[in-house]
Amino acid sequence: MAKIIAGVATSHIPNIGVALDTGKAGDPQWKPVFEGYDYSKKWIADKKPDVVILVYNDHASAFSLELIPTFAIGCANEFQPAQTVWGPRPVPVVKGHPELAWHIAQSTILDEFDMTVVNRMDVDHGLTVPLSLMFGQPDDWPCKVIPLAVNVVQFPPPTGNRCYSLGKAIRKAVETFDEDLKVMIWGTGGMSHQLQGARAGLINAEFDKQFLDKLSADPEALARLSHVDYVREAGSEGIELIMWLIMRGALDTEAHEIYRFHYGVPVSNTALGHMILENPRS
Amino acid sequence: MTSYTEAFQDIPGTTVFDIHRSRLGYHLNMFCMSLLKVENRESFKANERAYLESVPMTEEQRQAVMDRDYARMISLGGNIYFLGKLSAADGVAFGDMVASMTEGLKEDYARMMSVGGRSIEGNRSKSER
Repeated sequence: MAKIIAGVATSHIPNIGVALDTGKAGDPQWKPVFEGYDYSKKWIADKKPDVVILVYNDHASAFSLELIPTFAIGCANEFQPAQTVWGPRPVPVVKGHPELAWHIAQSTILDEFDMTVVNRMDVDHGLTVPLSLMFGQPDDWPCKVIPLAVNVVQFPPPTGNRCYSLGKAIRKAVETFDEDLKVMIWGTGGMSHQLQGARAGLINAEFDKQFLDKLSADPEALARLSHVDYVREAGSEGIELIMWLIMRGALDTEAHEIYRFHYGVPVSNTALGHMILENPRS
Repeated sequence: MTSYTEAFQDIPGTTVFDIHRSRLGYHLNMFCMSLLKVENRESFKANERAYLESVPMTEEQRQAVMDRDYARMISLGGNIYFLGKLSAADGVAFGDMVASMTEGLKEDYARMMSVGGRSIEGNRSKSER
């Protein structure tokens, strides 16, 4: 049987990808950021997941305003790095796991989560920056990836509680997949940031710290946080943090926090947070 | 009773891309989306006015684009991830475009970010100000 062995939360700040892609990872501005993932790279090399379910959001790359799915699961064999005005990121093609992805789609839909199935989807920095942070710059990504895109651009996004519940449904789906697979689930985006308006540049380190504490120890409380709370405390784009709850919902309540990295200096416009949680049974 | 969208209005300096703004800004945002294609960027650069005339957006929106007035574009229904394609087409860094919506200079913004960003204190709600 497949099982979820661990969860990873990480910001997916685009400039981190740019720094890596342009050889600036060793610069004083960026070095501490990448060093914050040194442990994680060793950890994941040791854990060797077969599949990562990667929860992220698209930033007007694959989806425009023509189609705005709340939850979309990528069921294709592969996903190309998305085109941007600056060009696509020079990273490997992302290989999917169609059998498990379709199984999750079926299971969650029957569990009353109305998932959108996507068979063609380019993936932007929201998905590829977390892969770069965790795996560095390999010729091929070392595992299969199931993209799970969540709308956090058009309000209303799903509620935090809905995200948390979807995580539980995903866990159930994975555990009923009839193949021995080590699966991880990652929640990406955040932490506090606001990219528009006179309040742009907002960073709320105290909120971010409390969010990390609760993600680890009291996710049920986080699931009750309203959209207004997120926007007020973490900025208009800080709403991305709801995606971390999908990851958390898919883990045991008593999952162990084994690593945390909260970088106080905003990287570009955004505070960086990262956490690894392991299921006790793994 | 305060509606879902009204509840955000107490937050200072913040425009939430809600159902009303998305409807208002559809063509403005889809124009920005069109700039992902190199041939469209070339055609836009060759004659901005003509390109904008071919999109059914409002005259106010066209003028805001011509002026590269990002705060105005946001107020007319623009969304930051779409507007980012316009600034990128100009070769402008995303952060500088964001900074242009704030009160100070982009240098002030960069300095503020380097020391921890804009504080939440005094920025939570209009009513506390």
